[in-house]
Amino acid sequence: MNIYAHEFSMKLRSVITWSISLALMIFVFMSIYSGFADQAEILNRTLEKMPQEFLMAFGMDGLDMSTVLGFFSLIFLFVQLCVSIQAANYGFSLVSVEETEMTADFLLTKPVGRRKIMSSKLLSAITGLAITNIVVWISSFIFINIYRDGRPYDAKTLSLLILTVTFLQLFFLTVGMLISLLPKKIRNVTPFSMGMVFGLYILNAFGGMIGEDKLSYITPFRHFDPNYVVRNGSYDLSLVLISVSLIILSLGGSYLLYTKRDIHTAV
Amino acid sequence: MSIIEANHLTKYYGKARGIIDVSFNVDEGEIFGFIGPNGAGKSTTIRLFCSLIYPSGGSAEIFGKDAIKYGPEIRREIGYLPSEVFYYDRMKVIDLLKYSASFYEKDCTQRIHELAEIMELDLKRIIDDLSYGNKKKVGIVQGLLHQPKVIFLDEPTAGLDPLIQRKFFNLMRGENKKGATIFFSSHILSVVQRICNRVAIIREGKIVEIQDIETLQKKNYKKVRIVADDIDEKRFDIEGVTNLKKNNNRLSLFYKGDINVITKMISEQTVSDVSIEEPTLEEIFMHYYE
Repeated sequence: MNIYAHEFSMKLRSVITWSISLALMIFVFMSIYSGFADQAEILNRTLEKMPQEFLMAFGMDGLDMSTVLGFFSLIFLFVQLCVSIQAANYGFSLVSVEETEMTADFLLTKPVGRRKIMSSKLLSAITGLAITNIVVWISSFIFINIYRDGRPYDAKTLSLLILTVTFLQLFFLTVGMLISLLPKKIRNVTPFSMGMVFGLYILNAFGGMIGEDKLSYITPFRHFDPNYVVRNGSYDLSLVLISVSLIILSLGGSYLLYTKRDIHTAV
Repeated sequence: MSIIEANHLTKYYGKARGIIDVSFNVDEGEIFGFIGPNGAGKSTTIRLFCSLIYPSGGSAEIFGKDAIKYGPEIRREIGYLPSEVFYYDRMKVIDLLKYSASFYEKDCTQRIHELAEIMELDLKRIIDDLSYGNKKKVGIVQGLLHQPKVIFLDEPTAGLDPLIQRKFFNLMRGENKKGATIFFSSHILSVVQRICNRVAIIREGKIVEIQDIETLQKKNYKKVRIVADDIDEKRFDIEGVTNLKKNNNRLSLFYKGDINVITKMISEQTVSDVSIEEPTLEEIFMHYYE
């Protein structure tokens, strides 16, 4: 409990910053929606003229920008990117930060087992991500309802869309953690997490652009493609299963690696 | 009863050597010195006992229990002061110490304040703003606040001024009197000499000698210095003599063996000055290194 509380208090500021930024982002995007929807006819016609590969790359293929969820699914891609970066940051730094900041010697010589340390840290990170998650839920529903100008939307599809945040968070948290345990030492977390998130995003965009690219199946941005969710009102279950298995594998792998890990000295 | 015990303890980092086949035991209430040059494997040994790293072979035991298997249980009674101290920078000293104390079942508040007073540590400051020496003090208080039965010190005095060093040694002697067993690593011999009962010398990952400090000093070598005109150093090149050096009319040598042999030899000379003394640990130490 003490580790959990300590870890959470260290993270609190970051959680608040991310949450407020995401709420602001959703607010700003939704506030331009009504103006957008009025001109949507022109926009849709313009989009039709664009090459399909281009539209696929940005997840805009077959999207009706005049509908609430059509528009929201486009901006939701940015929300997905942001929560993924946040989760990857937490994942990468979860246990590696103790080694880069050389506090591992302090923590690991206390009378607690490594598994417990890891679980406490993991729970504190999940708590932080859950807070951001809830903020995304609340602000999405609030700002959509304020700015939709009476246009209808399907609440179930919207919920499915926002639920992708949970999966992405867990994916990047656990996979980030696993990767951070592979090298002897990680010096800086941000390049790792940014690289991973944008790398996987580009893989998805690129896969969309050239059509059926097998590689794109490994990216969670494909598994939880907002465009797909809005158009079908459901997930592609087999792809979701890939993400879930990767999450479970990373979690198990991380525990295994961490309990066997040599903690090296500062110098 | 031996409290700390290493049996053929071996550690490789990949292919790089950590320590090889290290065996020793430390009895209850002992202050055990562990000396060797940088990179000899001192920290590796301590980190194995604290289960920060895992052995490639052999075993490390504390209180007769395997240090890895019973890690969390054993660590309740272990205090560890790492050579490089870094703590959660944004925290206040007192908050860090309270966090540290929260891992133990007993109430450590009073001990924190006692230790802080002894070490002249300001509890209200932010750790990031502290100097190296002051961070080290945080480390000392942090390592002792739960009154551990076994204390591991890895180069504890580096960065402390002589005054604080003295306080630190008094503190250690106090803990030792209360029954704590202390494992003390250093590359500075005078430090070890000041406080330890027994000492192990480690070099390139292997133990080269384990002895009590007194035996190491007394029974080993005598340092002989002779000042005399026309002295023939070749006459002194007998069994038991090492480090024979002649500089003008000064002759110096290390002698191990029957002291009467060497005194007789000296008495045959016309000398203007003679001194026979125990070598400092430094000199013994260098001997092991050569």
